[in-house]
Amino acid sequence: METVRTQDISINDLKWKIEYYADRCTMCGSCVATCTKNAIEACISHRSVTVSNAHQPEPVKEHKAIPVIKQVASIANACVGCGMCEKVCPNRAIKAVRNIDNRFNLLARDHGPIKRGGRTNLNAQRTLDSVIVGRISQMTDPALDSERHTFDIRAPFGRVLLPGELPLVSENGQLTLTGKTPPVNWIYPLIFSDMSIGALSTRAWEAVSLATAYLNEKHNLPVRMCSGEGGMPVKLLESEKLKYMILQIASGHFGWNRIIKAMPRMKVDPAGILIKIGQGAKPGDGGLLPAAKVAEHVQAIRGVPKATLSSPPNHQGLYSIEESVQKMHLSLNAAFGFRVPVAIKCAASATSVSVYNNLLRDPYKICGGFFIDGIQGGTGAANEVSLDHTGHPVVSKLRECYLAAVKQGLQGQIPLWAGGGVGLTGNAAADAFKMICLGANGVFVGKILIQLLGCIGNENGRCNACSTGKCPTGICTQDPRLVKRLDIDKGAQNIVDYILALDSEMRKLMAPIGNSSLPVGRSDALVTTDKAIADKLGIQYVC
Amino acid sequence: MCRIGSIKSKVPVHPSKALHLMLPQQEGHDNSGFAMVMQDLYGVFTEYKDKPLLSLACTQRGAQLVEDYMDSHNFVQLAEWIPKPNKQPGLDIKAMPYYIFRNYDYPEQYNDKTQEEREELMLDTRLALRKILEETNEGYVYSFWPDVLTLKEIGDPRDIATYFRLWDDSGMLVAKSIITQCRQNTNYDIVRYAAHPFFIQGYTLCANGENTFYTKNMEYQKSLHRGYTGFESDSQNFIYTLHYVLRQLKWPIQYYKHVITPLPFAEAEQREDKKVLSVIRQSLGHLEINGPNTIIAVLPSGDMITCCDSKKLRPVVVGGDDTTIAISSEVCGLNAILPNRDMSKDIYPNEREVIVINNDLEVQRWKQ
Repeated sequence: METVRTQDISINDLKWKIEYYADRCTMCGSCVATCTKNAIEACISHRSVTVSNAHQPEPVKEHKAIPVIKQVASIANACVGCGMCEKVCPNRAIKAVRNIDNRFNLLARDHGPIKRGGRTNLNAQRTLDSVIVGRISQMTDPALDSERHTFDIRAPFGRVLLPGELPLVSENGQLTLTGKTPPVNWIYPLIFSDMSIGALSTRAWEAVSLATAYLNEKHNLPVRMCSGEGGMPVKLLESEKLKYMILQIASGHFGWNRIIKAMPRMKVDPAGILIKIGQGAKPGDGGLLPAAKVAEHVQAIRGVPKATLSSPPNHQGLYSIEESVQKMHLSLNAAFGFRVPVAIKCAASATSVSVYNNLLRDPYKICGGFFIDGIQGGTGAANEVSLDHTGHPVVSKLRECYLAAVKQGLQGQIPLWAGGGVGLTGNAAADAFKMICLGANGVFVGKILIQLLGCIGNENGRCNACSTGKCPTGICTQDPRLVKRLDIDKGAQNIVDYILALDSEMRKLMAPIGNSSLPVGRSDALVTTDKAIADKLGIQYVC
Repeated sequence: MCRIGSIKSKVPVHPSKALHLMLPQQEGHDNSGFAMVMQDLYGVFTEYKDKPLLSLACTQRGAQLVEDYMDSHNFVQLAEWIPKPNKQPGLDIKAMPYYIFRNYDYPEQYNDKTQEEREELMLDTRLALRKILEETNEGYVYSFWPDVLTLKEIGDPRDIATYFRLWDDSGMLVAKSIITQCRQNTNYDIVRYAAHPFFIQGYTLCANGENTFYTKNMEYQKSLHRGYTGFESDSQNFIYTLHYVLRQLKWPIQYYKHVITPLPFAEAEQREDKKVLSVIRQSLGHLEINGPNTIIAVLPSGDMITCCDSKKLRPVVVGGDDTTIAISSEVCGLNAILPNRDMSKDIYPNEREVIVINNDLEVQRWKQ
């Protein structure tokens, strides 16, 4: 008999416990083979069993050594609840269950701060679920028919001028443009958000880009996809499909060596440039790609050795918004001959309105979009303390930015795009529609795309292993063995099906309020059952 | 739903004709009020066509406040017409004590000013009077502009007409252009200012329908011009955008339709002027209107126009003869006042069309 050691790690200290039914198990080994965390192992257990081998019951008690599946009691190998073992088990002999009594947060900091991927697990409140589309066309005006009428579901990406600033001259009853205006692309009001090759596996990234091209070419939905910080294959840079892509530049400038070299051979312009200042999941914390995920092809695209890649929290050399506008915006605009809109993405913050005001008042009129990313956004890797304890909800911040523009008569001049939690409950159309009524021109989504590819992570601490290189679904890993788990075509199809449904749902939301084009800023269409939300967002309180 | 109507004629027309245009349509307009704007005036106003005419409904104290303001701002009263009402019992009208229609001469210091400066003065004066009357709750000022008379009242239009003796054509009150409707703002509070037609700096507009982009229109218009005030009705958005596009931006009339009901993206993409249409849609996206509606408007030139929403969810018909052309929500209105017109020439504009009737009664019909 061994003495108990209090400090030993036990299964009960871990967030997930494996429930195993030895009587159902055939020891096929599938669960052990599939577990990317090595959280379970096959071993021999010395058991006292009662057996009967005769034709008649002749129970005999025996001490036997039998093979079993056993959970590993280790922080490094802690089960993340991904459920792959249960998925592959032919006999439902094994599953992971949440352990509410775990001591994981106390024990897992032995090698420094806890790092993980995913999204905040503490701030999953849902303002949008308390908001209802409540101004329905009844008698005063007719609702439209979502199947029969035409709807214009497009959003601007690019700097819009005030009407009086347009270089229009009236001659013989016709207006003609006499000068250049900043480039503006009218795109679908939902952007596939910036997830890099590196954070995502090549297959996952390819599935998202395949879905993008399919939606454009087969369904005429001008959905745009943002590359994420980390570049993209040269083949794509030099193909016609580049027009569906928004290139991202972040503080690490990863991938831009290749992008710049490819520019002379680009057949078309990209859809836009997105300067990433920060992201909602880990604001002020910079990018992070753990060495485990810096595979050879990632090294090649980014031009880096195998090492943990940290993008700095700031763009080096930029100390103010004014500088950002003058240096980055101008140089990126100039790089593409002022033909490609350049937008900026910031983490939602108490300071967002100040940033937006500065951009609105910039004399160059050069910022083509303000992307606000809320705390419920996702990431491939971050310190848990950032994920759970820093950030800002996006809904009220988006509204504040819109109303700040309204106050100055500048609404619509720099399109507002909001993300970070859009589609958190799987209902992206409703979320997008409500954000648009509150003043967004469009929304951007990321997590929901990888969930459509098969990601099983959630905001209740499930999986979130994106940072480890051991993603069980082959989405957030560069391990060739794991990547093969992802079926590119099936993944792309899931995304396409979802977006087509979303497009129908957008019509289903526009039709009853009698709108055939997007109700940007139409806050009167919304009501809420929460008085505090009504006061904050300036919408009607109902009960 | 409202019913709206207008008459444009080569010979001066009496308001009773406008009433006859509207009364057959009463199932739609519910007889809750009467409002009209008369332009190109004859009768008692013939001599003062170039002098600003103030249209006012007020209390005695309100009249005094207006007089004090006008005196202190050096406006010189030239003429005045105060209707002598028929106060027979039983009339359905919530009348104000006084209705004043008064011509002024411009202040002396404006003798050398440009027409544009005078137009700004007239707007500022109307806004100032409105503020004074609103603060004291002593009355309403509807228009202050040469050759434009506005009357708005709550009640049954037939009784309102009896009250103001509009059934009797004495030749004193006639005009070549009348735009009218017979309903109060039944969706919201009954406020006299909410009753169309609305007027601003030579632009007059009447709307039948709903503008479901009221909030975003209003939020944007508030910052565009000091004259864009009130917003008691979602129909005011139409006139402010008309004024903004034509007077402030100085764009040709066809671009008004492109602003309020832009072509679908796919359709605009096929056009030669797609770049112009695109920048207009971008920059004026917050002035787009949605919902079912038809408008009738009169421009400073005297041209009368009508157009509909992008789905043609509200009716309108244009018809007439060599002397008179009328626009009406329903054809029964035209039949009442122009029974002998050639009905085969009636125009039922579609969702992309604009009809313009000029002072020679030439009718232009074009698609946006």
